[in-house]
Amino acid sequence: MDYLIDVINALVLFSNFVLVPGLAYGSQLALGALGVTLVFGILRFANFAHGDTMAFGTMVTILLTWWLQSVGVGLGFLPTALIALPVGIAATALLVVFTDKAVYRYYRARKAVPVVFVMVSVGVMFMTNGVVRFIIGPDDRRFSDGERFLVKARTFKEVTGLSEGLAIRTTQGLTVVIAIALVVALFWFLQKTKTGKAMRAYSDNEDLALLSGINPDRIVLVTWVIAAALATIAGVLYGLDKSFKPFTYFQLLLPIFAAAIVGGIGQPVGAIVGGYVVAFSEVTITYAYKKFLIYLLPESLEPDGLMQLLSTDYKLAVSFLILVAVLLVRPTGIFSGRLL
Amino acid sequence: MSFLTGENLTGGYGGADILKGCTVGVERGKIAVIVGPNGAGKSTAMKAMLGMLKMREGRVMLDDRDITDLSPQARVGEGMAFVPQTSNVFVGLTVQENLEMGAFLREDDISETMDQVFELFPILKDKRDQAAGELSGGQRQQVAVGRALMTRPQVLMLDEPTAGVSPIVMDELFDRILEIRQTGVAILMVEQNARQALAIADKGYVLVTGENRYTDTGEALLADPDVRKSFLGG
Repeated sequence: MDYLIDVINALVLFSNFVLVPGLAYGSQLALGALGVTLVFGILRFANFAHGDTMAFGTMVTILLTWWLQSVGVGLGFLPTALIALPVGIAATALLVVFTDKAVYRYYRARKAVPVVFVMVSVGVMFMTNGVVRFIIGPDDRRFSDGERFLVKARTFKEVTGLSEGLAIRTTQGLTVVIAIALVVALFWFLQKTKTGKAMRAYSDNEDLALLSGINPDRIVLVTWVIAAALATIAGVLYGLDKSFKPFTYFQLLLPIFAAAIVGGIGQPVGAIVGGYVVAFSEVTITYAYKKFLIYLLPESLEPDGLMQLLSTDYKLAVSFLILVAVLLVRPTGIFSGRLL
Repeated sequence: MSFLTGENLTGGYGGADILKGCTVGVERGKIAVIVGPNGAGKSTAMKAMLGMLKMREGRVMLDDRDITDLSPQARVGEGMAFVPQTSNVFVGLTVQENLEMGAFLREDDISETMDQVFELFPILKDKRDQAAGELSGGQRQQVAVGRALMTRPQVLMLDEPTAGVSPIVMDELFDRILEIRQTGVAILMVEQNARQALAIADKGYVLVTGENRYTDTGEALLADPDVRKSFLGG
């Protein structure tokens, strides 16, 4: 009986520090990777500016959130940023559509090879990054408000009588709910609507899509708007969950690309699975299992060290490792996407 | 002047001319077949008709209108449908979605046309929810032709529809093409299997190095000893 309680305590501990944060982080990565994979599928290049697009959308949302907070508008239980989010999406959509018209369209008309597009997107990345830092500065910004926890650790302990507590932050719950709703909506759009099917057709076989009378300009426009929405939502959810810092968003590019490639780039389902694979790899590899093992193992086997495979400082290395391993062993990813 | 005519087609892909002033055309409810040895410019002539080739000289007329300057997409809107030789289906989309994409430009109800396509190719109805990429070569060709028919075209252009399919499937496909002709569509076809294609052709064009060598009814070309000796293997 005591051992059973220990096992339950171990599971609660694991949920609190691995499962719940992993689910939230995985959802954020999945949304980011969906944007990357859509742009790759339709426009056929790896968009390195995606992380900074996320930062731009989040910045607009934050500025508006601060203003709303200052005039006393809020959502009570939920973060005020949710009111500002649609405006952030609209501003980001305008930015990427403008970027497309001003920059990418020129290279599309010249039928530039993908690597040129990638380099162009690196340029766009630096530009966007500069704009964001110029407007909001390079520092850490917090903008979350409302109720902080859905489930408080102490309440959980009191209710269950366990010695370990489980805390679920509002932003974590919100992240998972919004991610699920968004993914369902996106798949419905791609599978059931005429425009969505045309996007898949265009991604599948561009020449045949043109022969069927599908208008490429419209497909490109819709793709950018969806990518902007996904990027902004992913960025705001990440910022609410942790905090907003332009440099962190730039760094997010690595796990996001790892997620898109693990799943199979160009495959929306792959982006989602990839997001969780990368997130859980990061969290499980950098988690210190000492306390978890103390619950599970007999006293004689209790570990002395932290039982941590890798310090959290190296969490980006996990994405890198996954990326290299996938590209070496199965370059098309889990769901047989395209080759980069 | 035929319903669809390419006159004095001259041009290529930037280097030397591949087409040197050849003329091809097809009437409504008829089948015209372009045959000839490798490198004769058969597929290139078809691309020129569709506007996928920059021409130096010549013009393309559809129903007495000059469409030489129209883009391929605009020509699709004008009632020309094209089935490319390769990559002619959306492999990741289901059979039904492939057909829907064929009718992308149409705003009206497409279910009747889709039923007609299913009537023509019954196997597609059974496989309507399968991805086109999972079908056999012959079934894929049926999807490709079906997709093109979904626009209710006036002209159907086929670039080697029987390439890489078995003889039985080829006969079957030619039978279907004859059925399509019944509906009044003008059919222009490039074929490697010259003998079988000319057998169903109302008109045949034998191209050699981008020029018309022989032009006659399919039957007459098959009977012509010179054509037989040079192009049909005796």
